[in-house]
Amino acid sequence: MKKLLILGAGTAGTMVANKLYHTLDPDEWKITIVDQEETHYYQPGFLFIPFGIYGKTDVIKPKRNFIPAGVEMIVSTIEMIEPEANRVRIARDNRYLDYDYLVIATGTAPHPEETPGLEGDEWRKSIHDFYTIDGTMALAKHLRNWQGGRLAVNIVDLPYKCPVAPLEFIFLADWYFHEKGMRDKVELSLVTPLPGAFTKPRAAKLLGNTLEDKNINIVPDFYIERVDPAAKKLISYEEETVEYDLLVTIPVNMGAPVIGKSGLGDDLNFVPVDKHTFLSKQFDNIFALGDAANLPTSKAGSVAHFAVDIFTQNFPRYVEGLEMLEEFDGHANCYIESGFGKGILIDFNYDVEPLPGKFPLPGIGPFSLLQESEMNHWGKMMFRWMYWNILLKGKEMPITAKMSMAGKWA
Amino acid sequence: MSANELTQISVELDADGFLVNPDDWNRDIAIQLAAELGIELTDRHWQVIDFCRKDFKETGSVPTLRRITKVGGVPTKELYKLFPKGPAKKVAKVAGLSKPTGCI
Ligand SMILES: Cc1cc2nc3c(=O)[nH]c(=O)nc-3n(C[C@H](O)[C@H](O)[C@H](O)COP(=O)(O)OP(=O)(O)OC[C@H]3O[C@@H](n4cnc5c(N)ncnc54)[C@H](O)[C@@H]3O)c2cc1C
Repeated sequence: MKKLLILGAGTAGTMVANKLYHTLDPDEWKITIVDQEETHYYQPGFLFIPFGIYGKTDVIKPKRNFIPAGVEMIVSTIEMIEPEANRVRIARDNRYLDYDYLVIATGTAPHPEETPGLEGDEWRKSIHDFYTIDGTMALAKHLRNWQGGRLAVNIVDLPYKCPVAPLEFIFLADWYFHEKGMRDKVELSLVTPLPGAFTKPRAAKLLGNTLEDKNINIVPDFYIERVDPAAKKLISYEEETVEYDLLVTIPVNMGAPVIGKSGLGDDLNFVPVDKHTFLSKQFDNIFALGDAANLPTSKAGSVAHFAVDIFTQNFPRYVEGLEMLEEFDGHANCYIESGFGKGILIDFNYDVEPLPGKFPLPGIGPFSLLQESEMNHWGKMMFRWMYWNILLKGKEMPITAKMSMAGKWA
Repeated sequence: MSANELTQISVELDADGFLVNPDDWNRDIAIQLAAELGIELTDRHWQVIDFCRKDFKETGSVPTLRRITKVGGVPTKELYKLFPKGPAKKVAKVAGLSKPTGCI
């Protein structure tokens, strides 16, 4: 029996388990998946919780519901990867798990402790985050009673998962305060290390205009060094300051500490891989997928989905000693909530920036690209159902893994 | 793409002032690229430039400020003193590397 070990049962790991369980011969392969959590979180839903659009029960389901019966699932913290010995040590019973092939899908998580002043006395009081379930629940509670003032959304550093989420948060905040009849009591600012609202030029321009239309300030090129929680100030490396009453931070996003400890990560604990095949640059029986990999594209569920499609086509060939045929192009596809029941859709890859046009989605679309529409908002809301019922289970989605130019105006 | 005339040497720069061909780079060109940004290169600047070039060769990507600090050993605060206003971009420019992507 050959052993495939998957680390992390989040978006990417769960899809890999489902897809490969149905492709690999069960008489020849034993698949095991390890995760520290019993619960699967639908992270895109965290965005909606602070505004009361979703509650906790909308974003959680037991992980086991999504793992095929023939795949062994172990709930435990992963303590150490020993690539030279082809084994992994887990906390539960101090066990070792041997493998022939290893898939690392341990994702990325926010690390507020990396920025001085974030995690002190004001944490979850005047300083909040929405990238974790506890954070987003606490923020929801705080916003319900907040009387207004200066709300700053700060991106600490790049890369961070779902690059559009901070923008969406601020668009939704604008809508939320509007509905509550207190928009005039709230000053909204996006404080970002980027030179504008987004990195890619056309999308940055559109999103920048949207911010302006909604009367949201942007403080670009602001690279934060520390927070003064008592004075409620952000301080940059250039000693510029931004004052706030309520800070919503996107802390430094890092790969799992176990990746660093095991000598498999870069300076942010992301695994260096080939950007077309996800094969580790260090070991020829290790792959890294999803947010855990150091790919030069967005860290997003959609990217994980396209990446898994490519990987699971290649893997059966690779283990037979054949060449990997499919090459990942960095395809990302993101619905951006822009508030007031509308959304914007962007679709891009390593080489092509988000372009305007129509996005054809058979049976459902078309959606308008790089332009606000109500349809795009419904696309985003519908996505939760698709995530739980189609995507995670590894079923076919009506969208190609590689980016298509169809409908785009170049 | 335009061929920008520098004082002594002529190299091709892109619209944002980055070297088109990284192989064109040498230390004299770095001095001139820095001068165009109003920076006079000291030993400390060179330490940063040398680290970035070495790191780029090894990893294939332009190092982030965090990486220059953690691995290259020059504190971020100092990077802002050495290359004021957007050090990531300026270091890449002077070191003859491609524009940092910001990875999104
Ligand atoms: C607020 C927010 C909004 C988002 N919105 C969108 C969106 O609109 N569209 C989109 O495409 N993407 C969105 N994303 C991003 C998306 O959720 C992630 O990119 C996706 O979940 C990545 O999948 P993954 O499998 O790589 O990581 P994850 O799904 O995070 O899974 C990693 C798993 O590894 C486990 N793990 C880590 N370390 C260990 C350890 N040491 N031992 C055991 N287990 C471990 C974790 O418990 C976790 O289950 C959003 C994310 C957030 C936070």
